Amino acid sequence: MISTLFFYLFAFMTVASGLMVITARNPVHAVFFLILSFFNSSGLFILMGAEFIAMLLVVVYVGAVAVLLLFVVMMLDINYQSMQEGFRRHLPLGLIIGAVLLIELVVLFSGPETTLGVAATSGERSNVALIGDVLYTDHIYVFQLAGLILLVAMIGAITLTMRHREGVKRQNIALQNARTREESVTVMQVESDVAPQSILPDETKSRKALR
Amino acid sequence: MDALNLTPAIAEIFLAGAATLLVLLAAFVEPEVQASRLMRKISIGALVVTGALTVSYGSVPGMAFGNLFMSSPFTVYMKLLVLAGASVVLLISRPHLKADNINKPEFALLILFSVLGMMVMISANDLMVLYMGLELQSLPLYVIAAMQRDSLRSSEAGLKYFLLGALSSGLLLYGLSLVYGFTGGTNYADIAGSLSGGASPGAVIGIVFMIAGIAFKISAAPFHMWTPDVYEGSPTIVTAFFAIAPKIAAMTLFLRMTYGMLGPVPESWQQVTIMLAVLSMVIGALGAIMQTELKRLMAYSSIAHMGYVLVGISSAIPSGISAVMVYLAIYVVSAIGVFGVILSLSREGVPVHRIADLKGFSRSHPMHAACMMIFMFSMAGIPPLGGFFGKWFAFLAAVEAGLVVLAVIGVLASVMGAFYYLRIVKMMYIDELENPLDVPSDSVNNLVIGISALIVALFIFLLGPLRDSIAATMPYIVFVLG
Repeated sequence: MISTLFFYLFAFMTVASGLMVITARNPVHAVFFLILSFFNSSGLFILMGAEFIAMLLVVVYVGAVAVLLLFVVMMLDINYQSMQEGFRRHLPLGLIIGAVLLIELVVLFSGPETTLGVAATSGERSNVALIGDVLYTDHIYVFQLAGLILLVAMIGAITLTMRHREGVKRQNIALQNARTREESVTVMQVESDVAPQSILPDETKSRKALR
Repeated sequence: MDALNLTPAIAEIFLAGAATLLVLLAAFVEPEVQASRLMRKISIGALVVTGALTVSYGSVPGMAFGNLFMSSPFTVYMKLLVLAGASVVLLISRPHLKADNINKPEFALLILFSVLGMMVMISANDLMVLYMGLELQSLPLYVIAAMQRDSLRSSEAGLKYFLLGALSSGLLLYGLSLVYGFTGGTNYADIAGSLSGGASPGAVIGIVFMIAGIAFKISAAPFHMWTPDVYEGSPTIVTAFFAIAPKIAAMTLFLRMTYGMLGPVPESWQQVTIMLAVLSMVIGALGAIMQTELKRLMAYSSIAHMGYVLVGISSAIPSGISAVMVYLAIYVVSAIGVFGVILSLSREGVPVHRIADLKGFSRSHPMHAACMMIFMFSMAGIPPLGGFFGKWFAFLAAVEAGLVVLAVIGVLASVMGAFYYLRIVKMMYIDELENPLDVPSDSVNNLVIGISALIVALFIFLLGPLRDSIAATMPYIVFVLG
């Protein structure tokens, strides 16, 4: 009873926020509704007993994809007015694709021999534990390779974007702490009738020491 | 069977550990130039040690990581080709890293990771591992193609390579998922067992998509369009690496996939590989004729070479495999030599790679011109040089398998291809010297060119031992049973 109630709650929220994604005028709002629909579908997965997929949905889609989307939407200055202009022209194509999807769903659900069901849960152990059992034993090779690919992606991104620019002043705390009084302070006898610039300590040298 | 027998994979484990540790070297050694120099030397050492480990632990046929990884004399042979190609590229890279403004420790590091991916691909015995290896191999290549950041063409090459590589990965994944869906397994042996009764239409569609995805990686026509642009835009030392190592790995993957996993159903892939072979040979020969850039020429030349290798694969008989193995060995050696010569070309310190720059090359650089002539004659397939034997065995296998028309098309394409190879020889020896090039001072590079030229020229004497060692690998090409 309770789970049915929650199913309808999550399902309704998913569909409603999905509708809001495509109707919202403000693209930032659309992304937020997308995140809401992800959360609700992960609730649906939990009701089905697939808590691992539910977690993945939150971690991957909400944590990474949607945030990335949000960044893109906020940081790039996209003219949404011009993007909406072709709406009428592209409407038939969209309707055709939608109709194909609808027909597919109808065929899938009304077909005589299709058995639509969820794989039974294992009962005693959660599927997170079961995946953990094979992930680090039978599939350790593939798992480690995936880790190496991520490492390469990181190294590659840094290699292509990091650039040491000349002449940028950076704070180097170790160098600052290692300074001694002798190399930074010069005690001088200031003569009263000479212009101040010429008697300053060697300015370029002290700058270098600071860097 | 022992679930997690790691012994056959010790070389890969060593290389992965070495590469991961070397990341630290790149992070802590200052300044960058010194880190780069150190990294290059250690990386060559790591590749050599990996080669030794491959020979000593991989030669015994066996599985590691619970049937995900297969090692046998066949994979050892291919891995040694990859390792040799990669370490020679690193060896001759020293002056070019500086000249091309890519003198960073990450260059050698990414090559190490890429080589690891290639070794994984060669040993893959499972669709998941196949895909992981392919990605681990490709990702570093995208980065080093775009590494010369001040050059617009290098960035363009990297972007183009990345986008088309992503597209090909998509095709491949789609094919893999279809094959998995219609056969019910990801292990090569399981798939072969399930296909032994014939392939269902869905599985055939998956197989075609898989072949298309890998054809991108070996740049076989009609999936070759990225090759000339990427080869031209990347720094030349990177182009040399692209032309040598990834081709071997992807070809081996192709071989193990078609002969091993899809061995029970040759009719499902043979037509596709024949099409790929014909198109690659013809497009490679015709496309090269109009080129003025040496690097673009080499791109078309490599497309044509992959076509000849595919002729061997298309035969679907064991002698086709040994033809492919001979061909790839010669291809590696002559590609190293040609790129060694291209890398040594410069005028007043600026690297040049137009074909016209070779005019009168024999007057100014007699030794280099002689070596280049040997490579060109070999690639054109003139006996008794190495390239002739590669083509000879490939066509022989095709005729043996009853594909006479394919062999005839191959011979015709090779005659067309001879035109542009011989044009370079004509430029070097007959045309007048106009604007002399610099005297190449890099002795390592000169040594590499000389040794490659010797191997190609005297290949007829190496052929016997090579064929013997290939014959010894033949029983283990497909699977290790048990």
